[in-house]
Amino acid sequence: MSQMTGTQSIRFDREIYINSYASVVGQKEGEGPLGAQFDQVEEDPLYGCNTWEEAESRFQTEAARRAAAKAGLSMEEIRLIYAGDLLAQCSASTFGISSLERPLYGLFGACSTMGEALSMASMAVAGGYADPVLALTSSHFGSAEKEFRFPLDYGSQRPLSASWTVTGSGACVVGTKKGKVRIAGLTTGKIVDYGLKDSQNMGACMAPAACDTISRNLADFGWQPGAYDRIVTGDLGFVGQQILFDLLEQEGWDIRGQHMDCGMMIFDPASQDTHAGGSGCGCSASVLAAELLPRLAAGEWKRLLFVPTGALMSKVSFYEGQSVPGIAHGVILEHVEG
Amino acid sequence: MENLSSEEKKKQYEAYVNQVTPKHSLPMNMLKAFLVGGSICTLGQGILHLGTERFGLDDTEAGTWCSLLLVFLSVLLTGFHLYAKIAKFGGAGTLVPITGFANSVAAPAIEYQKEGQVFGIGCKIFTIAGPVILYGIGSSALLGLIYYIYGLF
Amino acid sequence: MEYVNAFWVGGLICALVQILLDRTKLLPGRVMVLLVCTGALLGALGIYRPMIDFAGAGASVPLLGFGNALWEGVRDAVDSRGFLGIFSGGFTASAVGISGALIFSYLASLIFQPKMKD
Repeated sequence: MSQMTGTQSIRFDREIYINSYASVVGQKEGEGPLGAQFDQVEEDPLYGCNTWEEAESRFQTEAARRAAAKAGLSMEEIRLIYAGDLLAQCSASTFGISSLERPLYGLFGACSTMGEALSMASMAVAGGYADPVLALTSSHFGSAEKEFRFPLDYGSQRPLSASWTVTGSGACVVGTKKGKVRIAGLTTGKIVDYGLKDSQNMGACMAPAACDTISRNLADFGWQPGAYDRIVTGDLGFVGQQILFDLLEQEGWDIRGQHMDCGMMIFDPASQDTHAGGSGCGCSASVLAAELLPRLAAGEWKRLLFVPTGALMSKVSFYEGQSVPGIAHGVILEHVEG
Repeated sequence: MENLSSEEKKKQYEAYVNQVTPKHSLPMNMLKAFLVGGSICTLGQGILHLGTERFGLDDTEAGTWCSLLLVFLSVLLTGFHLYAKIAKFGGAGTLVPITGFANSVAAPAIEYQKEGQVFGIGCKIFTIAGPVILYGIGSSALLGLIYYIYGLF
Repeated sequence: MEYVNAFWVGGLICALVQILLDRTKLLPGRVMVLLVCTGALLGALGIYRPMIDFAGAGASVPLLGFGNALWEGVRDAVDSRGFLGIFSGGFTASAVGISGALIFSYLASLIFQPKMKD
């Protein structure tokens, strides 16, 4: 039977599980509402390294080691790695993963990369090409500000729509060994461009893509939003969430009862001055590992749609006057009894 | 859902986004900019006063000392990671005075030192200040050219 | 009185620029360029010098004053050297400010390390 479902989705025939998950985050994230749930909170933003970039790589290495260890695997048993980050040419992943000496595909999907990594990992497992597979992403406030915005000591005011890049990494081991959470299906997102050029309002740039992927997922599977206990976007933030609700309403869907956003969960905007919320591909990855998967594993939620969102832009495209297009990938996660 | 291809629809979406996006209170931000910017200028006035009254400098020399000392102060505050904190409150009040220019030179110098003396500090020190120097020199030279031609007749 | 004028004129310029920052998508770098060029133009039109006479540092410390200083440098150099003054005046007038910023910043990069915001 074909596993292709609808126009953009996959319903896996094979049972594919998330065997383990781990998160390592920075101090600010550790002080946030999910602080106690991360596997490790690293107080030193440089993580004992010399640069933000090296530190980001180390966050990835640690998350990878912890995820493998929690699955009871030695690194040699990991058959394949999908990893990504926000830095140019995925350098954080390169230098983070190189010491693990495992086969690697580097990915770039901006902040949606964890969705992309989980999609690729589950497809590789489903196809019988690799098992187990490690999927992980990272971001770092220091390296992201330097790459996309200003030097940290440059004086500028952040608008209320701006998000705060999460320092941290999240990793999952995907395989056929039975676990408590399974990846039941995927909806691969397409690039959706509403022509917005404001890089300080990422939520508004990405909300149309999230809307597209969520409504596509519901249509492809023939489900109502109520089929999910939760629909969790990556880093739309407070502004993007409002826009997502409005756009979905125009499509005839109401997900207000199910929706959560990783960017809104990781920081407390009142006390942490993060404005719209957290962002970066370490945001959805670490929230997935620290909050979403544990609650799915416990059976608190039965089915969840994980939709990390990404803003596909580079510094060059931005200065050349291009818009900031969005993308979002949907991953259906289900609790497994017994 | 489709990509918005018509300019009109993009404009509509942008207008809608503007409407739902919360913004800082402008009067409040203007007041903060007024207070911080005004204070920096008053500090400058103090230096000018000191220069002319205490050290007997003429206005031009006092003005130059004023710039140099404000630049020094700004670089020092940037080094101690304080200028960005003041700027978060003061906004344009810290951007507009010459201290903002100095901050835009010092911040990349500190941040990019890891990329080396030449391509790190050397190149990146001008990332924000470079355009200011280029267009400042350029516009004043253009005006000077007009002034020169005007003087010929 | 000169302190009062420096305070309110300098503050007012900053408050007006805050509108640009908050209500347009202009990045801070563009705003700085705009200020310096505007200052040079206002200087050439003969508007800026009277403002400095009135407000002192309130008009000379903002980047508009930097632009005006560039213009005055070019004007004086053209008066004394002719054509070459167009090319020498700007850097002469801004030498101390720019060299100061570069030299102090370089020294700062030797002393200080980047730090995360909290």
